[in-house]
Amino acid sequence: MDVLEKLTILTDAAKYDAACTSSGGDRTAKKGYIGNTSSSVAGCCHTFSADGRCVTLLKVLLTNNCVYDCKYCINRRSNDTRRAAFTPEELADLTIQFYRRNYIEGLFLSSGVFRSPDYTTELMIRALRLLREQYRFNGYIHAKAIPGTSPELVEQLGFLADRLSVNIELPSEAGLKTLAPDKTKQAILAPMGQIRVRNQQSREELVKYRHAPKFAPAGQSTQLIVGATQDTDFHILRLTQGLYDRYRLKRVFYSAYVPVVEHALLPSKDVKPPLLREHRLYQADWLLRFYGFRAEELLDEAHQDFDPRVDPKCSWALAHLDFFPVEVNTADYETLLRVPGVGVTSARRILTARRAGRLRIESLPKLGVVMKRAQYFLTASGKVADGLRFTPDSLLRGLIAAEQPSLPQPPMEQLSLFDPA
Amino acid sequence: MTEMIYTYDGSFEGFLCCIFDSYANKEVLTAIFRDEDFAPSLFASRWIPTDRDHANRVLRKIVKVSPYTVELLQKGFLTCLPEKEIHLYRLVVKLLREGPGFLRNFSDETLYPVITAVRHLNGEAHLLKGFVRFSDLGGVLGGEIEPKNRVLPLLRSHFCARYQNERFFLYDRTHKEALFYAAGKAVIRPLEDFQMAPPDQAEANYRILWKRFYDTIAIKERYNPRCRMTNMPKRYWGTMTEFQDERYFTVPDSPAAAPAPAVPDGRSAPGKLPGPGPSGPGSAL
Ligand code: SF4
Repeated sequence: MDVLEKLTILTDAAKYDAACTSSGGDRTAKKGYIGNTSSSVAGCCHTFSADGRCVTLLKVLLTNNCVYDCKYCINRRSNDTRRAAFTPEELADLTIQFYRRNYIEGLFLSSGVFRSPDYTTELMIRALRLLREQYRFNGYIHAKAIPGTSPELVEQLGFLADRLSVNIELPSEAGLKTLAPDKTKQAILAPMGQIRVRNQQSREELVKYRHAPKFAPAGQSTQLIVGATQDTDFHILRLTQGLYDRYRLKRVFYSAYVPVVEHALLPSKDVKPPLLREHRLYQADWLLRFYGFRAEELLDEAHQDFDPRVDPKCSWALAHLDFFPVEVNTADYETLLRVPGVGVTSARRILTARRAGRLRIESLPKLGVVMKRAQYFLTASGKVADGLRFTPDSLLRGLIAAEQPSLPQPPMEQLSLFDPA
Repeated sequence: MTEMIYTYDGSFEGFLCCIFDSYANKEVLTAIFRDEDFAPSLFASRWIPTDRDHANRVLRKIVKVSPYTVELLQKGFLTCLPEKEIHLYRLVVKLLREGPGFLRNFSDETLYPVITAVRHLNGEAHLLKGFVRFSDLGGVLGGEIEPKNRVLPLLRSHFCARYQNERFFLYDRTHKEALFYAAGKAVIRPLEDFQMAPPDQAEANYRILWKRFYDTIAIKERYNPRCRMTNMPKRYWGTMTEFQDERYFTVPDSPAAAPAPAVPDGRSAPGKLPGPGPSGPGSAL
């Protein structure tokens, strides 16, 4: 089988993983090596695929052979699909040559479980070592730590990669038991805990010895599948928050479940992936990480799922109208961040700009405030936007309309373009 | 104070000299044109010669009041803001008249157009860090871009660090200039005409591999061309491997048709770096 064919199979098998960022790296250019992962490339997308997702890394599996039988996965043992495996040389060559041409920022290497977690991880280590040491690759590497791998091997993997991830995939233990019978919660959490501790130690060592080797300097992330199980948004968001708090994850990714298989326990094959729900979760995740929100503020036992009509921040605002309006000339940073239509950047700009003089409503759009949303929730020197009048009803309609153009397309339109029929 | 139109040679230093002379002559400028853009009009105009010393004095004066403004001028000068010179000139006039306080207010009417243009420039440079495509032309990496702003000075340090041990060049079709790098040295030079050499077999293969990866990585159930377009506007596609037609992926039949990759007329062949010349605004960044 030639490399082109392998690449096709092993990309196709890897594409459901949502993670594709090169953020958090700090490898500066090194003499005799190719590449760096400095902050100047954080958030650098090399292209966008036809589904609108950012492509930063060569995202492939080392092999799609798998001894496990996770029901939702195209690589599961019982699925009749073509199997392939890269040799370490093929993988290193692809990475280097793609990197030289500026196609990618690095490699995201994952794998099916070939024979055993340890055996697979050893193969990954061999490939990454070749890439780092022989091919002198100094770019970004994100490697998957496979649940069940022994700690010594996770350790070695961590010194080769910038970021490690262990995918939780199913947000609850019940889901794991029925859909991924070969995996246990314990097997997933063990490497996560180890990575957290080692990453922390490595940081402390670096303070003492400047050249101490770095263990996964870009931290760890995970992915949760949305819509394969009955888990609610509240459940998922609380899990997310726990992961940020307890395991110091850099990112939690969400992946709308794409039915690839008919199975009694899974949504049927003609169910569309819940893209809007995934979008809402990303918005809420953002609020947890950068806006000082807690999961319990956004959802609770009585409201377990996000309102599909408005984003989580607007939802929160609508439920807390007594918090508003916020006066932009006096409100502190945290308060400004709670205003729909005000982001991290525009909140900071408001703080600087108002030192130079009182702000008026007209100057807010220039500071990056999205007035279509913000106008209902703020005042400038006690004044609201010109001619603004609204009832609770028109407020909701206004907010819905303001977001509409930026939403993921309704799934109906999407498929028709692919259907030859 | 009389009103006046200035024309200059189009260089950053020349522009600074316009500022210098406007103060020396006590003239208020209503327009500043590169001499090639200037159509004679009824209004009084003056040609300003470029004088390094004058330019430096202007810079030193501005640095003292606000180092940030120097950066705004250097970057603003690279932007595609229409009549950028007069906008930048007004920024300096306001700075010297009022002090730097107004620079904190993004919505200030003099600052806003400049800062918006600079953000556009930074944004475009950021996108291009990812969207630039290189080809291996017999050991030298070569790429082309077609940006709205003059981004090469902003891309220089990024690609030089990334490809420290390579030789490469990057051609800007819009502004007809190229960034050359070899052995730790980089320069940006005007280059009137440039034609990329066709690929050899190895190069064609990697292009095919990349195209295949690109086509495979998309999830068809999530197909969303509008989202792709928002994130990656079509005007960048012209120089990106994954959007080229079939010819781009094939090696021309006769090897004679594929001459060694080089910049035309033996001018600054990749790897051979032209000597230092007059500095563009980029050299200050
Ligand atoms: S272990 Fe991974 S590759 Fe194997 S079936 Fe489960 S999810 Fe798929």
